[in-house]
Amino acid sequence: MESLLQSLLGDNLLTLVLYCALPLVFLLLYALLAILGEVKISAFMQDRLGPMRTGPWGIIQPLADVLKLLQKEDVTPARADKFLFNLAPYLSFMAAYAAFAVIPFSSQYVGADLNLGAFYFLAIGSLNVAAIMMAGWASHNKYSLYGAMRSVAQIVSYEVPAAMMLVIVVLFVGSLNLQDIITAQSGPFWNWMVFGGPKADVQLASGEVLGASWTNLVFLPLFLGAFLMYYITALAETNRTPFDIPEAESELVSGYHTEYSGMKFAMFFMSEYANMFLVSAVTAILFFGGWNSPFGVYLGDIWDAQWLVGLEQFGWLAFKGLFFVFVIIWLRWTLPRLRVDQLMYMCWKVLIPFSFGIALIVGFLVVVLK
Amino acid sequence: MSETLEALQEDIAAGRLQTDELVLNMGPQHPSTHGVLRLELVLDGEAVVKVIPHLGYLHRCFEKHAEAMTYPQVIPYTDRMDYLAAMNNNHGYALAVERLMGIEVPERVEYIRIIMAELQRIASHLVAIGTFGMDIGAFTPFLYCFRDREYILDIFERTCGARLLYNYMWVGGLSHDVHDGFEKDVAEFIRKFRPTIKEVNDLLNYNKIFIERTANVGVLPPDVAISYGCSGPMLRGSGVDFDLRRDDPYSIYDRFDWEVCVGKGDAGTVGDCWDRHMVRVWEMEQSCNIIEQALESFPEGDITEAIPKRIRPPKGEIYTRVENPRGELGYYVISDGSQNPFRVKARGPSFVNLSVIDEISRGHLIADIVAILGSVDIVLGEVDR
Repeated sequence: MESLLQSLLGDNLLTLVLYCALPLVFLLLYALLAILGEVKISAFMQDRLGPMRTGPWGIIQPLADVLKLLQKEDVTPARADKFLFNLAPYLSFMAAYAAFAVIPFSSQYVGADLNLGAFYFLAIGSLNVAAIMMAGWASHNKYSLYGAMRSVAQIVSYEVPAAMMLVIVVLFVGSLNLQDIITAQSGPFWNWMVFGGPKADVQLASGEVLGASWTNLVFLPLFLGAFLMYYITALAETNRTPFDIPEAESELVSGYHTEYSGMKFAMFFMSEYANMFLVSAVTAILFFGGWNSPFGVYLGDIWDAQWLVGLEQFGWLAFKGLFFVFVIIWLRWTLPRLRVDQLMYMCWKVLIPFSFGIALIVGFLVVVLK
Repeated sequence: MSETLEALQEDIAAGRLQTDELVLNMGPQHPSTHGVLRLELVLDGEAVVKVIPHLGYLHRCFEKHAEAMTYPQVIPYTDRMDYLAAMNNNHGYALAVERLMGIEVPERVEYIRIIMAELQRIASHLVAIGTFGMDIGAFTPFLYCFRDREYILDIFERTCGARLLYNYMWVGGLSHDVHDGFEKDVAEFIRKFRPTIKEVNDLLNYNKIFIERTANVGVLPPDVAISYGCSGPMLRGSGVDFDLRRDDPYSIYDRFDWEVCVGKGDAGTVGDCWDRHMVRVWEMEQSCNIIEQALESFPEGDITEAIPKRIRPPKGEIYTRVENPRGELGYYVISDGSQNPFRVKARGPSFVNLSVIDEISRGHLIADIVAILGSVDIVLGEVDR
């Protein structure tokens, strides 16, 4: 992908900027789709039609929403800390977008092919906490402050089990590079981590060979558990139902972004949706083969067209990611919300002991079986 | 109360943890105060130290207005008190004036009144159940409840032209006879509605998260409930077997076979939010039973024959109470023999039930306040009148 851009535009700064902006294009399109998806899915679950007036079947409703946000007055509360108040939404979006750098959209496109990809993903995800804290504190509003405090407590706690789930997969593959983790699951769908990982030796993206055989089936229950736990922590990290306590509408109005309007609110909104896709994509990468086709073959290979393979791989990742986004939306319109102490209980007394337990067993089995 | 909270409170009590209290104004514009109620919360972190309700944002001087109106002119004002149960409000006031004047209403009127009052009870409970779910964070059951409430409002609209404020039950009779096909409509509604109760049970009431959030929260012991004068589902949720329809029978409730539902503490302690909520769910089924029985023996007749030409009750006073969806709604009417009431005092259940909120909220978390307030099920139109 990079070489394609270079051949078209030459090796200059523009190429680099364009290369980095590609996920943004995807993200904006995805956000429009997700907004429409959210309103339509919720409508169908609730015996309604949802928006029907804006365009056929309401499909340009997201554009109307964006337009509305753009022309709204940008209010800064009189007693707010103006600098932090204005900085927070952009920092929040930046944190979400920066994590996209290591997401491999296909075998040919990844923003930065870091060997520490998984680690970077966890680290940059924590930056969002700073933005939320900033927003809650700078708003000079008690509801915002409560929302921010809850959010920080929640995200910081849930990072521990989330990290452990990543560690489990990393232990198995032996690499922190997300491309390595995906190539380890190449081939048909039974090679995905959720089904116990590869069943035959595979060559990783970095060139090393990961030894594997059908005995890997013993990992199936462990990885299945790890997947479920990762998905639960992912819900908590993105502040979605049943863990949407920081912005609990019925208690805290809308939590840390109560005082935000217009584009700044849109930035928080974008950041939430970006995070939703991010965790869904990472779920797909860790446990569902990332950009791997579930059938193990690509049309591009059959027709001998490499550019098509890249596109297909991107399609599979987007499909898997969007499926998990759909499940997040589905859960949101089905479940009630937990209370803040129940949330902490679930994290520290249920998820963390179990995640450490699984990590121990996986580590032990990896040593024994190799 | 959770373990963490107890440990925290121990630390604070022992002086190991220095904290400062925070005053948070919840309302009058807040998504879950169910109207213009302002709760002044004194908080210690997330824990609630004290709740002070501030009322009066919706005060419309009902009682003073009533003194300047003739007796029938008061009825539209009663509509606007508990606007989710306007039929029941009409019923109570009409009964009070009828008893003052010694009017016997025809059979058919009694039957229509009972069916309307019970339909209204279902409609009102549907709002309570739906909004309570929304307070807990479940949005979808709310819309299912409102969808079914719509059928009831349609029936009311076909009969009397209004969907919310009916002015339907007049002194001595009704404003209109029921529309053609009323019995069929109601029977059809009951048939459609019974599965909804099951649906809401599956989706919300027996959901693990919902039970976690509501069981053992806001426990109202029976003795406290009685001493505060709580009534309706609030009182029955605490396990007190008391329903005016059975214990102080008015109209023709004594002719039907139905049960009074009380909280049994199935999910936690007797008198918690879940019990109060479930009493409403069970009551909807009982209302269905009453309506079905009433439809079976629905008499023909003239509904206007007992409506007096001139409403001028003799000198005297009377207190009449009816079982509203929210509890005991009482009217104390004094007549001086003129065509205007000398005094009309209303005893609103929401107002009385709300007074207990500080007692049952202390030591809980902010999120529990929302659950407790939702389970008390207040209508601000009646709290402030």
